[in-house]
Amino acid sequence: MSALQQLCTFYIADLFIGLDVLNVQEVLRPQELARVPLAPPNVEGLLNLRGHIVTAIDLRRRLGFPARAPDAEPMFMIVRTADGFVALLVDRVGDVIEVDESTFEPTPDNIPAATRTLIAGVHKLPQRLLHLLDATQAALPALAA
Amino acid sequence: MNQDLQQQFVRDMLTESYDGLDRYDRAILLLERQAADTETLNDIFRVVHTLKGTAGCLGFHRIEKLAHAGENLLDALRNGLLAPTPAIASGLLRLSDGLRTLLQTIEATTTDAGAADHTALIADLHDLRLNPAGPAASSPPAHEPLPAADPTPAVSDLASAAAPVDPAAETSALSDGESATWGLFDPLPDAAPAIAAHAAATAPTPSAAAARVSPAPAAPSPTTPAVGETSGRNSALAASSVRVDVALLDRLMNLVGELVLSRNQLVQLAQTRHLRPEAVTEISQRLNLVTTELQEGVMKTRMQPIGNIWGKFPRIVRDIAHELGKQVRLQTVGNETELDRTIIESIRDPLTHIIRNAIDHGIESPEKRSAAGKTAEGQLLMRAYHEGGQVNIEIIDDGAGLNLARIRQKAVEKKLMSAEEAARLSDREATNIVFLPGFSTAEQITNVSGRGVGMDVVKTNIEKIGGSVDIQSAFGQGTTIKIKIPLTLAIVPALIVRAGGDRFAIPQVSLLELVRLEGAAATAALEKVYDTPVFRLRGHLLPLIFLHRELKLPGPTQLDAVNIVVLQADQRTFGLVVDDICDTEEIVVKPLGKHLKSLPMFAGATIMGDGRVALILDALGLAQHSRVVSEAHERARTSAVSDDGSSQSAHLTQLLLFSLPGRARLALPLDQAARLEEIAPKSIETSGAREAVQYRGQIMPLLRLGRYLPGAEDPAATGESLQVIVYQHAGLSIGLVVGHIHDIIAQELAIQPGSAAPGLVGSAVIQGHITDLVDIPAILQSAGLSFAHAA
Repeated sequence: MSALQQLCTFYIADLFIGLDVLNVQEVLRPQELARVPLAPPNVEGLLNLRGHIVTAIDLRRRLGFPARAPDAEPMFMIVRTADGFVALLVDRVGDVIEVDESTFEPTPDNIPAATRTLIAGVHKLPQRLLHLLDATQAALPALAA
Repeated sequence: MNQDLQQQFVRDMLTESYDGLDRYDRAILLLERQAADTETLNDIFRVVHTLKGTAGCLGFHRIEKLAHAGENLLDALRNGLLAPTPAIASGLLRLSDGLRTLLQTIEATTTDAGAADHTALIADLHDLRLNPAGPAASSPPAHEPLPAADPTPAVSDLASAAAPVDPAAETSALSDGESATWGLFDPLPDAAPAIAAHAAATAPTPSAAAARVSPAPAAPSPTTPAVGETSGRNSALAASSVRVDVALLDRLMNLVGELVLSRNQLVQLAQTRHLRPEAVTEISQRLNLVTTELQEGVMKTRMQPIGNIWGKFPRIVRDIAHELGKQVRLQTVGNETELDRTIIESIRDPLTHIIRNAIDHGIESPEKRSAAGKTAEGQLLMRAYHEGGQVNIEIIDDGAGLNLARIRQKAVEKKLMSAEEAARLSDREATNIVFLPGFSTAEQITNVSGRGVGMDVVKTNIEKIGGSVDIQSAFGQGTTIKIKIPLTLAIVPALIVRAGGDRFAIPQVSLLELVRLEGAAATAALEKVYDTPVFRLRGHLLPLIFLHRELKLPGPTQLDAVNIVVLQADQRTFGLVVDDICDTEEIVVKPLGKHLKSLPMFAGATIMGDGRVALILDALGLAQHSRVVSEAHERARTSAVSDDGSSQSAHLTQLLLFSLPGRARLALPLDQAARLEEIAPKSIETSGAREAVQYRGQIMPLLRLGRYLPGAEDPAATGESLQVIVYQHAGLSIGLVVGHIHDIIAQELAIQPGSAAPGLVGSAVIQGHITDLVDIPAILQSAGLSFAHAA
């Protein structure tokens, strides 16, 4: 049986990433964040999501990309993880894409270990490769360097 | 039957039965004390009967069978065919334990197939009904021996064999000083074989009797480690439902209705072109009102009387006391004191632990108590009351108290501190040793306590919910453990401060006072010990933490004032320097995500009125982060040092310096002065022959000190105002009119009775000048204002 899965896609720089749409609660325009002193570097701040406090995590830093240009405004993806809601900061949000298992392939072994835990695998789409993100892993604080 | 429906029924049965069994336990304890009336008996009969019926319907036949056996026994009691005996009470308590285990098995596995076998218990209950008075009547009620409840399926052939055995076993057990051990719940391995041995020795058929008796001690043993737990903790299920007053629920529904109406109005308003400001105000006011009431109402549903968990303690106390061969009477005061349910849940285990400790270590055996001139029955009092937005819980026993010498010795033995350190500790510090990890004075490890995981866990758990624990103990007289916990964790009053441009909330619980230093005083007041900033707060050095430095935030650009928030964490005070102090607010505490759990200085976050997020500071975490408070082992030492400081200051007397025309240097102890006031001369009225003013709704007589002291005069009445020292005693205030109030100082007082003029205690050198100390009580007496008359 080919399990169909809908992925909500987005970009970090040129990296094309997807998340299971069932785990994405909503996508928000840039929000005001309260900074958290002494927090791990990838924690961007705290967000007031209609009375709930949600930690915002910069996926760029998490994935080891250089910091965003100061004028570039990130989009907020509110994602359900095993440890509660987090807001993932991404560069750009794409479409919702339907994929099935036939295009899936596990992560190649030669990508850096720190990143490999975050990426559950790759879908081979006709034009490009879609990275499947493990939301719970991505929401964890950066591993000690 | 529909699967969901079946599950729903089972869940209902479990919740209902746990509730019922708690009630049942309490009733049985009454029964045991011969204090149960027919109504109580009917009630417990109904509990068991209902359980039997429901279990039967749902196909749990083990429960049905067990409940049936109990029901028969209860029925006989209810109809007066049987009189309650301790053996019956014990049997009935075992019944509730048995039923609970069955229910728990059902909860875990949805079937009772795997549950423990209760045929022995059923047989016991059956046996008790046929033969309740026999063993119990022939002996004092508290000495029911094991053989009486011996699980033997074949009742009929036992009767003949057991008859000679029972009295013999009993008397020998009694004469042997086993009287304190109580039978069914007794886990002490030495007690039970002793009975068995006696039984074997005296029985005509030794082998048969011994064989029958010896399994008895084994039977209860699997349940003994759980004494106090089976009854103390029902299950996750019981904790997941709450009973709410229907009237309250209706009120909440009404409020929600109003909220919906307000929402509709708001939505309508948003669609109109021209907004009238009044309309917006009106709706926002209404929303404000409804929300506040709704908040209060919902909070109320979360509030549970502490009696909900206390209700289980009589049973726990009984079991532990019997296990240890002690007699304890538990008294509870303030059952109706309400607490947030999450807090109630989290204090249950610490309380259980404290109770066990009190019975195990605190209350002595009946013989020792009688020898010490106390009643054989130990008193254990649990008291709860509200005080200043907090709930105080006290657990008071009249037992042996803490042996401080023994505690010091033990602390040295366990290498928690050196002998000198231990000797240097004040009594109060020594008392606090029991909170150190790995400390236990129990000579012998019992089932109940002495394993060394104890009070430190209690303390940690209580502190985790923002509370504090304190022990007071008098050796030989008893121990009082006082727990203070916040009413609720969800909404707390907090002080909002600013540092590095961000706002932070500090819970009021840890707040002691605020100090603001302005201008030149600010820079001068901050001194350094080596390179640690400190501030002299009334003669004591207060270590300072700069919040912006601690959090690596940008500091304020210029320093025109210093704001110090004096905080208390773990019995240490320190000053937190912040950029600005804003306001106090009730904040809603929201937990932080897992990603930020590694930051101990933040207790959570909250949303401010403007919708922004502010972090809540944790005083203890902040102090630990900046090493103001060191880790547990150091704790005793550092606080011992600070205690030395305060014991020195105990010799210091705080004096209020003032003057009268003609006498420039007068003083009186500050603790005699309630307040300093200025009054306008024209507000002085006369009441009787005496001058008086109206002060806080009362008539306060005035006393012109100048007229009573030799060489002094009354201050001229020309001034705009008179300086008055309000002297308070026995609820009455007297205004002492003086000339000028100069200063408050603290110093060691060496009074020389030198002048001994009337109205003076004596003189002392204060600030390099001879100063006379005024004897206020004597002056009051000579003025005819003595409190003896007034009162």
